[in-house]
Amino acid sequence: MFSRDRWQEIFQSIGKNRLRTFLSGFTITLGILIFTILFGFGNGLKNTFQEFFVDDATNTIWLFPGRTSKPYKGFATGRRIEFRNDDIDDIKKDFAMYVEYITPRISRGGTAKYKGESNTYTTRAVGPAHQHSEKTIIMEGRYINENDILGKTKNVVIGRLVEKDLFKNGERALGKYLDIDGIAYKVVGVFQDDGGDNEERYIYMPYTTRQLIEKNTDKVDQIIVGFKLSIGYAGSKAFETSLNKYMRNKHIIAMDDQNGMFIRNAAEGVKQTLQFASILQMVVAFVGIGTLLAGVIGISNIMVFVVKERTKELGIRKAMGASPRSIVGMVLQESVFITTIAGIVGLVIGMGVLNMIGLDLEDFFIKNPYVGTSTIIKATLFLIFCGAVAGYIPARRAARIKPIVALRDE
Amino acid sequence: MIEIKDLHKSYQMGSNSLHVLKGINFSVKEGELVAIMGSSGSGKSTLLNILGMLDESDSGDYTLDGVEIKNLNETKAAKYRNKFLGFVFQSFNLINYKTAAENVALPLYYQGIKRKERIEKALKYLEQVGLRDWATHLPSELSGGQKQRVAIARAMAAEPKVLLADEPTGALDTTTSYEVMDLIQKINDQGNTILVVTHEEDIAHMCKRIVHLKDGVIMEDKVIEQVRAEQYV
Repeated sequence: MFSRDRWQEIFQSIGKNRLRTFLSGFTITLGILIFTILFGFGNGLKNTFQEFFVDDATNTIWLFPGRTSKPYKGFATGRRIEFRNDDIDDIKKDFAMYVEYITPRISRGGTAKYKGESNTYTTRAVGPAHQHSEKTIIMEGRYINENDILGKTKNVVIGRLVEKDLFKNGERALGKYLDIDGIAYKVVGVFQDDGGDNEERYIYMPYTTRQLIEKNTDKVDQIIVGFKLSIGYAGSKAFETSLNKYMRNKHIIAMDDQNGMFIRNAAEGVKQTLQFASILQMVVAFVGIGTLLAGVIGISNIMVFVVKERTKELGIRKAMGASPRSIVGMVLQESVFITTIAGIVGLVIGMGVLNMIGLDLEDFFIKNPYVGTSTIIKATLFLIFCGAVAGYIPARRAARIKPIVALRDE
Repeated sequence: MIEIKDLHKSYQMGSNSLHVLKGINFSVKEGELVAIMGSSGSGKSTLLNILGMLDESDSGDYTLDGVEIKNLNETKAAKYRNKFLGFVFQSFNLINYKTAAENVALPLYYQGIKRKERIEKALKYLEQVGLRDWATHLPSELSGGQKQRVAIARAMAAEPKVLLADEPTGALDTTTSYEVMDLIQKINDQGNTILVVTHEEDIAHMCKRIVHLKDGVIMEDKVIEQVRAEQYV
């Protein structure tokens, strides 16, 4: 397979039969190119749609702990359920297929003071992903980030109205220190929210900081899970069901206990929107598969033609003592080599085209068109495989023809 | 060298079968130059194809250099062809994208000989047929006679036991034909066994023995006085 002589034969055959090489290579290049571009456009359309219609983070499932109302597995009624940090890690790990992001939320009241002004607010101790679930818009500075969580920093992000209440005479809050219940926090960001005045009177802090203040506990109030839009409405319902079962098992709550814990799927309100998103996903997949099929048919035709054209040459080689195996091997190795190179060329051109025109297409409702590298590589491998199969069948037949028949073939 | 007993071959033509070879018995000793003659349809090419393992007989025995040729699968046939036989065809059958030297080296490639040695050998045999200077030319740049000489060099390169030539002069004019026959005679002079299928009397008389085929049987098998082609060249 890897002998230098064989490769020399193949390179000679490729170099001396340019048209044949070009035809089989071109089919693959074109197939992958069109696949990449169409699939990218499809993804772009999907992105636009999601931006238009799925703006309020409806892809969330909310988990609230409760108090059990039924005895279960030796536990008495009235047991208080509490979620912990490890619940977050476990969900992230065990539902990796569905979870786009996950964040806890611990809400507490607090009195904030700055230079003689003071007021009571609700503080929410959260993770960085909370920004997605609430669609919080940062006006200045930044949101809570991973470093805040890891370092348990005393940083807060305050609402626009909190700044307005406490910082008088046009003073800016960013970078100042705010006293909340006797502890000084640095303001690292100011946000606004489309949800109204109340929404803009929250103060966000890292949940690990809140846990540290509360005697270094690992309890969390609520868990907010953002699921991937691609799973669709039905997928989200299935996810909700298995998540419910999973948490009830973990915290030993009877399945039919109405008060043990609560789960709410925000997707219910926007069922149709999500259904449309999954139909769009199907259309994109259909376009991709269709293009690939057309490519497969193209390469199959070319391979049949190539082997037919070589019948006489193969007959001569057989008369010179070539075994059927070496004939099939040669034809296959050559075709796989050509299709691989051509596939890579198509892939590179396709990515290049998407990158170049990608930004200009937003007017046509195609936003950020891209195709995952693994998708393209899989598609290329698929075409190479089909080319090899399509080449193998006529090559085997040619290798079986008696040399005398092949030689007579003018 | 070649031993054939009661060889039969028929072709299926739709519903009726055509009996081409009807019991051929003949043998060829080492160093012979045999012409197989006959009008078209007499079965001479079929016989040569069976001898060349390019085709299979229906019944009968065939022994080549002491090896019984029987129940061949394609892989085995390919091995025997490579080891025992060299072919020269009427239409030359050179690979058109390979140079003369590469064409001559092709059977050596299938013998598993190293590249360097292959090229050396190919040049040596091209030298023998007087085409050393044409080694890097493609078949399309050669005349018919030159092509056939390349084909003969190719057949000889594998150092076969038997050289089989199917109408080697069929596509050539008289002068070129005699040149090719002169080459074949010289190769025979070195002790090589050669079978030539032809329907031309003058070509046949340049061999040492003529086997006449008619309607699938041998009519006549005689040793003749060889006419040297040299005098016409």
